[in-house]
Formats: sequence, C-alpha cells, structure tokens
Amino acid sequence: MKVGVVTFPGSLDDADAQRAVRIGGHEAVALWHGDADLRGVDAVVLPGGFSYGDYLRCGAISRFSPVMGEVIEAAGRGMPVLGICNGFQILCESHLLPGALIRNDHRRFVCRDQALRIENDRTPFTSAYEVGDEITIVLKNGEGGYVADADTLDRLEGEGRVVARYLGTNPNGSLRDIAGVTNERGNVVGLMPHPEHAVEELTGSGTDGLGFFTSLAASVLA
Amino acid sequence: MPKPEILDPQGKAVHGALPRLGFSGVLDVRQGKRFELEVAGEVTDEVLAEVEKMAETLLSNPVIENFTVRVES
Repeated sequence: MKVGVVTFPGSLDDADAQRAVRIGGHEAVALWHGDADLRGVDAVVLPGGFSYGDYLRCGAISRFSPVMGEVIEAAGRGMPVLGICNGFQILCESHLLPGALIRNDHRRFVCRDQALRIENDRTPFTSAYEVGDEITIVLKNGEGGYVADADTLDRLEGEGRVVARYLGTNPNGSLRDIAGVTNERGNVVGLMPHPEHAVEELTGSGTDGLGFFTSLAASVLA
Repeated sequence: MPKPEILDPQGKAVHGALPRLGFSGVLDVRQGKRFELEVAGEVTDEVLAEVEKMAETLLSNPVIENFTVRVES
C-alpha cells in the first residue's frame, strides 16, 4: 500500500512514521502540509510533533492547512487515517474525531514507556492485534489529556470506539484512561502514544507498535 | 474560556501560586485567552456575525471552550 505521511512545519516524527510504514511492509509517501494533494496514497498518517508551534491550540492551525482539506475529504470516503500524538490533536480539531486533548492534569511533560490495552481490533490500524492485547510503546506529550462530555464518552464506550486504554497510573489525566479513539465508521484512528517508535528491536521499547502499520495490509486483504 | 466542566491545569497552577505570594481568599482561577481583532470600517451586524464565525471556527474550540465577542472602540 502507499501510505502518505504528512509533514507540517514543526512535525517531529514524520521520518520515524515513514520508517515504520516501510518496516510495516508499505511504501511511504511524503506529503506536504502546503499541498492540497494526497499523491494517490491509500492511507494517511499524521505524525507527532508541534505543528505550527502548537500556537493557538495544538493542531488548530494545521487543521486548516491545504493538505487537511484533502485528508478530511478522503477520510469521509473511508480512507484509513491514523493521527499520532499531535496528529490525534489535529484529527480532533478537524472534528474527524470527537473530544479534545488538553494539558496534562499534572502540568508536566510526560515521556515514558507506557503500557496500553487494545480495546478495538476492527480498525485498519489495529486489526493485527486482538482485543485485550497488552502492549508497551512510548508516550511523550504535554497536552495529552483526552476529554469529551459524558454523553460522548458513553457513546464511544457503547459503540466500542475506544481503541486503546492506558494501563496502570493514568499518565496525563485522560478521561476513562482513553489513549486512542476511532470515528463512527472506524477508518480514522487517533492515538496519543507513539507506535512508530516501537517497530525495531534496536531502538525503543520493543516492537509492540509494529502492528499499527502491519494492520493496514491485513485490513485490505480482509 | 475553558468550559466550567473542563479541567484547567494552568488555572490550577496560578491558583496554587497565589497563596505562596501571600494573596488569600481566591477560591478558584480559570485561565482563558483574549484576542483583539482590528477590523476595517464600522462594526456592523454583518461584521459582528463574521467575527462570531471566526471565534467559532478558529479562535476557539467549541468542544472545550466558550467564547464571548465584545466590541470596543
């Protein structure tokens, strides 16, 4: 598959995301925030970082970049879109995902290996896992507290749209320990921790994150 | 402003700092943002409606924030 990785001004993890896409068995295509062009890709990853310096709100300005118009339209047609960390914030600002991400409740930047439980194995990015799988990948954020009103949270839980949950001590104040969610259709996934940093034994905490990238092939074959 | 039900860690930090400086009697602090927009010409109802739209689309995130628009000369 051709998987596009968008670079915004201030993106940090675009190169790692491209690498993870390749290790996951796909062709990585660099996409530029200023081009309203998805270059024929089959899926899109919005990587982590501090796009537009996190000015205004995290993801608020990126959401209106030319490439995002195309991403929003493609997501509406069912294209798989994964937003990691800042990418998750952009997806929430774009209203492709419900809720918002606010400053960590303890007000400190968190950077650690984080245990998660996979709660939904039906998305194009989690089909390589099984519900209940426990994985450990890197979490690094300053504004990773997932919030939404109680009705939205109940709906997310009721419809099985919580993709992953934090295990152990809640690292950032996310309501109901939510680390990732998906949209109604299940093709758009936002995740605060970083699977792209856990795809090789040589670096990082292991290879628990690789499934987010190998899932794409599995979901297309299915 | 962050909606009342949304945790405001920055406001909490400011609230915690006040007693350390000897200020007492403050029950809570919420921290928000203020934007000053200079517009061309008279602030008509149309202009105001446009500014409301800006506030709703870009300046605030209605999921977590409330806003008010005020005209000053």
